[in-house]
Amino acid sequence: MTTENTEEIMQVDVLVIGGGTAGPMAAVKAKQANPKLNVVLLEKANVKRSGAISMGMDGLNNAVIPGHATPEQYVKEITVANDGIVNQKTVMAYAEKSFDMINLLDSWGVKFEKDETGDYNVKKVHHMGTYVLPMPEGHHMKRILYRQLKKHRVKVINRYMVTRLLTGKNGELAGAVLLNSRTAEIAVVQAKTVVLCTGAAGRLGLPSSGYLFGTYENPTNAGDGYALAYHAGAELSGLECYQINPLIKDYNGPACAYVTGPFGGYTANADGQRFIECDYWSGQMMLEFYRELESGRGPVFLKLDHLAEETIKEIEEILHSNERPSRGRFHERRGNNYRERMVEMHISEIGFCSGHSASGVWVDENARTTVPGIYAAGDLACVPHNYMLGAFVYGAIAGEDAANYCAENDFAELDLEQITAEKQRVLAPLQREDGITPYQMEYKLRRMVNDYLQPPKVTKKMEIGLERFNEIKHDLQYMSAKDPHELMRATEMQFILDCAEMAAAASLYRTESRWGLYHYRVDYPETDDANWYCHVQTVKGETEQAECFKREIDPYIIELSDDEKGAYNKLRVASTTA
Amino acid sequence: MPLAYTPTSVPVIVDAEACIANKGCTVCVDVCPLDVLAIDKENGTAYMKYDECWYCMPCEADCPTNAVKVEIPYLLR
Repeated sequence: MTTENTEEIMQVDVLVIGGGTAGPMAAVKAKQANPKLNVVLLEKANVKRSGAISMGMDGLNNAVIPGHATPEQYVKEITVANDGIVNQKTVMAYAEKSFDMINLLDSWGVKFEKDETGDYNVKKVHHMGTYVLPMPEGHHMKRILYRQLKKHRVKVINRYMVTRLLTGKNGELAGAVLLNSRTAEIAVVQAKTVVLCTGAAGRLGLPSSGYLFGTYENPTNAGDGYALAYHAGAELSGLECYQINPLIKDYNGPACAYVTGPFGGYTANADGQRFIECDYWSGQMMLEFYRELESGRGPVFLKLDHLAEETIKEIEEILHSNERPSRGRFHERRGNNYRERMVEMHISEIGFCSGHSASGVWVDENARTTVPGIYAAGDLACVPHNYMLGAFVYGAIAGEDAANYCAENDFAELDLEQITAEKQRVLAPLQREDGITPYQMEYKLRRMVNDYLQPPKVTKKMEIGLERFNEIKHDLQYMSAKDPHELMRATEMQFILDCAEMAAAASLYRTESRWGLYHYRVDYPETDDANWYCHVQTVKGETEQAECFKREIDPYIIELSDDEKGAYNKLRVASTTA
Repeated sequence: MPLAYTPTSVPVIVDAEACIANKGCTVCVDVCPLDVLAIDKENGTAYMKYDECWYCMPCEADCPTNAVKVEIPYLLR
């Protein structure tokens, strides 16, 4: 690595950016494919406890297990849940590798729920098929991944973030500029390939609590990878299909219906009445949730108070030790005993996350983005509803394909002008003695995201939003950071600004409504298949602004019948129709 | 543009008696995804330096002496 004072540049074959879920898998698989490769796993935090699963996960949301589901059924379900806008090949690539990945994780020591015969104990949560496999002891996930990193001799570098990817003469990947979050040291890596595994854009909207870091996603996932791909010239897709989740109000974490559903818990209105047939997260479900929340029967609750004591105890054990264990502490202070009363829920701030919706960096079934040498996997890669298991599968695909790419390609030449300009851009806030703090700029930006981009979407509001974002962009010249930690936040704030601009551009471009609440446009309330049965791609335009265009949907490999296509539009319980 | 100092009550509390940062332990600082904890070298204890908490709890779970306690940030409670 090089600092400002030395000329040494680190050469890496596979640079994996982000050590949460997909990242460690990509690094291990690249190393397995060719142990001679120099594989580096870069992490903004510490790989021991980083990413969306820093405290583990309570289950697989999309396990395709023989005897319970087939890859064909799964592809169909995700196509329908995503209102038809999918590249089925990418979903099929996941589905076909899903079971092998479960068995691999099982062999690594991940404990899945099994029945008395030793078979995986799969539960039904989705609208059509059966795909949820509980992991009641899933809190050990990060430790298991860490062991594999050590075993495969992956080089891990913690506390560095990537600020920009560098490109070569033909637009291909050439390397990356790194920033140390504790020392503000800048480093340059020349890389044949990078695998972006930086997770969701979780700090886009502002939580209703007003606390910048009280987000649904791990707030360290600020959308870094979305902005990195954008500036490197890659296509992003489905950014108008936001992530919006039903959460515990104020706590802003999952309630969590996937865990409680199979035990008999469900989402209810103030009367304790069920109003949606299925608690699986989709835009269509979120629209019904929103309608109930805004109605005289609102707000919305998670109802468990009808369940038996031993069932509630089991639910508490899972929910209060996994994924977001501080849930129990929150409930305690509020007096939210599951036995006695329902838990109030609300709608999250908006974000990008293909793991839950479909907003991501465009990839094909080999995890390749549109820029040679750049791969993407996990929550930020546009494979709809991919969740944790999808992150592992696509991490593996990316790692293996990147290893092959390295065998066939040489390093691209670094452009020193790009590097110098980037160093200046990144370090500028540190060199200003006073000015606007990154926190003020981030707070204002994210408050504007809520005011102008949160669905229901209105054309004029989104246009005003873009004006406000441009004003904030102009103010970047005044941003001041007092130490390296604040410089990390200042850099993240600029990623968030890129994401806000892309979210507005993509939402304005698609002049119809689709995916329920995710893209509900009040002035274009109907779904318009004649004009908008297509992907909406976002790229950085010539004028440095986000530009959008249509991309045709590849012919389906699994056909859908007409009544199947509309299945996710029939989620409301008939007796509660207004 | 002069800067003002606005204090906040932070959610992560460290028991100074139990904390062994003075013996070189940095576990809570190492595992924090948001890098908001630091060691106060004068007192030899860990503390929350930046109020940027996801109340995710690795600091509490991984502390070898149970010195760290994560509360829910006041704005969310």
